[in-house]
Amino acid sequence: MSTEFTIINVTLLAILIATALAITRLRALYEATMLAALFSLVTASLFVLLDAVDVAFTEAAVGVGVSTVLVLTVLALTRSREATTPRSRRVPGLIAVLLAGGTLVYAGQDLPAFGDPGTPVQVHPITEVYLVGSQQDIGIPNVVTSVLASYRGLDTLGELVVVFAACVAVVSLLGPLTDPEANRPRADFHLADYLVIRTVSGVLMPFILLFALYVLFHGEYGPGGGFQAGVIFASGFVLYGLVFGLDQAQRAVPGRALWFVIAAGLLLYIGVGLATILLGGAFLDYDMLSPDHPESGQHQGILLVETGIGVTVAAVMVAIFFRFASRGISR
Amino acid sequence: MIASHYAYWALFTIMMIGLYVVISHGNLVKKMIGLSVFQVGVLLFFISLGKVAGGSAPIISDDVEVYSHPLPHVLILTAIVVGVATLAVGLALSVRIFEIYGTIEEDEVIQRSAEEADDQFAWRQADGPDGGAA
Repeated sequence: MSTEFTIINVTLLAILIATALAITRLRALYEATMLAALFSLVTASLFVLLDAVDVAFTEAAVGVGVSTVLVLTVLALTRSREATTPRSRRVPGLIAVLLAGGTLVYAGQDLPAFGDPGTPVQVHPITEVYLVGSQQDIGIPNVVTSVLASYRGLDTLGELVVVFAACVAVVSLLGPLTDPEANRPRADFHLADYLVIRTVSGVLMPFILLFALYVLFHGEYGPGGGFQAGVIFASGFVLYGLVFGLDQAQRAVPGRALWFVIAAGLLLYIGVGLATILLGGAFLDYDMLSPDHPESGQHQGILLVETGIGVTVAAVMVAIFFRFASRGISR
Repeated sequence: MIASHYAYWALFTIMMIGLYVVISHGNLVKKMIGLSVFQVGVLLFFISLGKVAGGSAPIISDDVEVYSHPLPHVLILTAIVVGVATLAVGLALSVRIFEIYGTIEEDEVIQRSAEEADDQFAWRQADGPDGGAA
């Protein structure tokens, strides 16, 4: 490892540890949430340093954006100050942590050196399949997208189902999407009363949505893909809801449309799998979509699947935000 | 050992800090934040196993010779998305618990829930075994 790499790595890890310690000690939860957002941002930088650019993109969008908004909304709905942890609770926690940490350190001594090219991860034959074989089978530069959408497409389908299930759980807990009194205009204080905020948000929104579409369609050539695109698309609507009011946002994206769209992306993904079965192949075998040119079949399959992912993830994030936000207003 | 494995020790520290927050702190929202700290430590550890010295991001290009391994990236992408899904469900549960018990401190929730159960039990005792119909 070069010295510059080590210096940056050590610095970022030190910032992470210091932030984690500060989060532990803070009892003011708004401040702890902001530190958690900083934590996620530094983590995204560390991911870039570790060459995981797709992961950094997702962590920045999801960890810094969506998680922070959700926790802040919940803090507005509940108490934002934590009680002091009594000593009787601290001691068992410390003992458990010391035991677990000690075991990890003991086992960690057998791990290969950091960055070693001879580790079992690197020399396994699957590496050749992914890095070299994917160029012949699929032909897109971003290997992570080809592995995510094609080689391990079934895992990604399961992930999308988990996102869908989370949306169903949140909607079951926090109330229906088609709330009849949701569209009642409220005489709340709106951020839209401030000219600068109103203008800048209005100008930014189309660019945010356009950027989300760009990330979706260019996920094959650079970092990006369905999940990142969905979260960025949703954050455009979250911005609109925060600035112009929840009633306006719910008028722009009605509950019925959300219901349909949440399911549509998942059904598209499953539909592609069923289509390949009907065309004579296995579930999610994209070669069948275009039997003369399996490469372009893979391209089409990956594009359809990524679109389905982006659509469902965007709708789920918007729906979850609407549910949390309108819970606060209806009380 | 320290120099070649320093990243692992640092990441284990982050994991343990997150685990401590989950176990010891009683506030439900603080637990969720601690859980995401723990999760980030695990994600970083997993990705660091795929890192190759002098490698580059796994986007095929002509100027690059060594690539870091793409498979951990795929698995961690899934993990991040599943993590935020569970965070959303956990926070929804916290909101509902707050609405019913008026607090999100775990000890107080358990205490109030036990008091409620005691009250219901005592009430049923006072009514008699047939529910007070006689």
